[in-house]
Amino acid sequence: MRKLIAAALLTLGCAFAVAGEAQRVSEDPVLEAKVQSLAEVLRCLVCQNQNLADSHADLAIDLKNQVRDMLRQGRSEKEVIDYMVERYGDFVLYRPPLKTTTWLLWGGPFLLLGGGMGGLFYFLRRRKELAEAPLDDQQRTAAARLLQG
Amino acid sequence: MRRFLLPLIVFVVLVGFLAVGLRLNPREVPSPFIGKPAPAFTLSQLHQADAQFSPQDMRGQVWLLNVWASWCVSCRQEHPVLVELSRHKVAPIIGLDYKDDRDPAKAWLAEHGDPYRFSIWDRDGKVGIDYGVYGVPETFVIDKAGVVRMKHVGPLTQTVVSQKIIPLVKELNGA
Repeated sequence: MRKLIAAALLTLGCAFAVAGEAQRVSEDPVLEAKVQSLAEVLRCLVCQNQNLADSHADLAIDLKNQVRDMLRQGRSEKEVIDYMVERYGDFVLYRPPLKTTTWLLWGGPFLLLGGGMGGLFYFLRRRKELAEAPLDDQQRTAAARLLQG
Repeated sequence: MRRFLLPLIVFVVLVGFLAVGLRLNPREVPSPFIGKPAPAFTLSQLHQADAQFSPQDMRGQVWLLNVWASWCVSCRQEHPVLVELSRHKVAPIIGLDYKDDRDPAKAWLAEHGDPYRFSIWDRDGKVGIDYGVYGVPETFVIDKAGVVRMKHVGPLTQTVVSQKIIPLVKELNGA
């Protein structure tokens, strides 16, 4: 019975937690969807591995409100993103732009892939060469002797 | 012997990358403001609610804008350094009280000392967003023309002040 009550309380608690999260959302679902999509491409600078949509840091909430306010004022999504980049730099973008300072970031994985493929190719070819080396007569007679027991 | 050479090289390169990575501070995001005009705003002062301040008022002076708050723990760590800096009268320091309430902020300054010429009050953090503030405390060095010359994120230390800020302010004042 006690467990049941505890479970009921926990469930209730969850319901309240969800209710608490839904603060300051406008009634307009189209606007909200836009805010959400922008919040997914902007980085939270406090908890740097999260985007604004996932983060509950104060700054993330402020920035989300800022995004919402700007969209409500009729600014385009690009204007909102430019506004954030102007203030927080490219780092605020979850997908960093391709620039001279970021080519290694974008190209690095392909470089590694290329290196790995090259290494694998080299290894396989060398193994094939070793495996296909024909036996000379001496080895052949030695093998035959072994096979006959 | 040769078969160990390649793994060894890979290992050394990897160690090199990790060693550099350990020394980097991921919280230090390069500020896009350096060399750009400090964003304009008008805010009321913390102590005198009817007195307004805008960065325009500081034209012709090299000044520091220090973002602080009474709820900010690392501001406590930084504060003695600021108080010391203000004694040397290197440059006027304006405080930006970020997302704070007036009373606790005033009490905090009364308790820890007030290094600021005055503080301005950014209740909802809008000016903070305009200045790209993401981790209080932050300090901006702004030159005579109102251009941001340096931004320091996190608590100021004696080393940062004596090796970076003071030389920079002197240079900007000389020019």
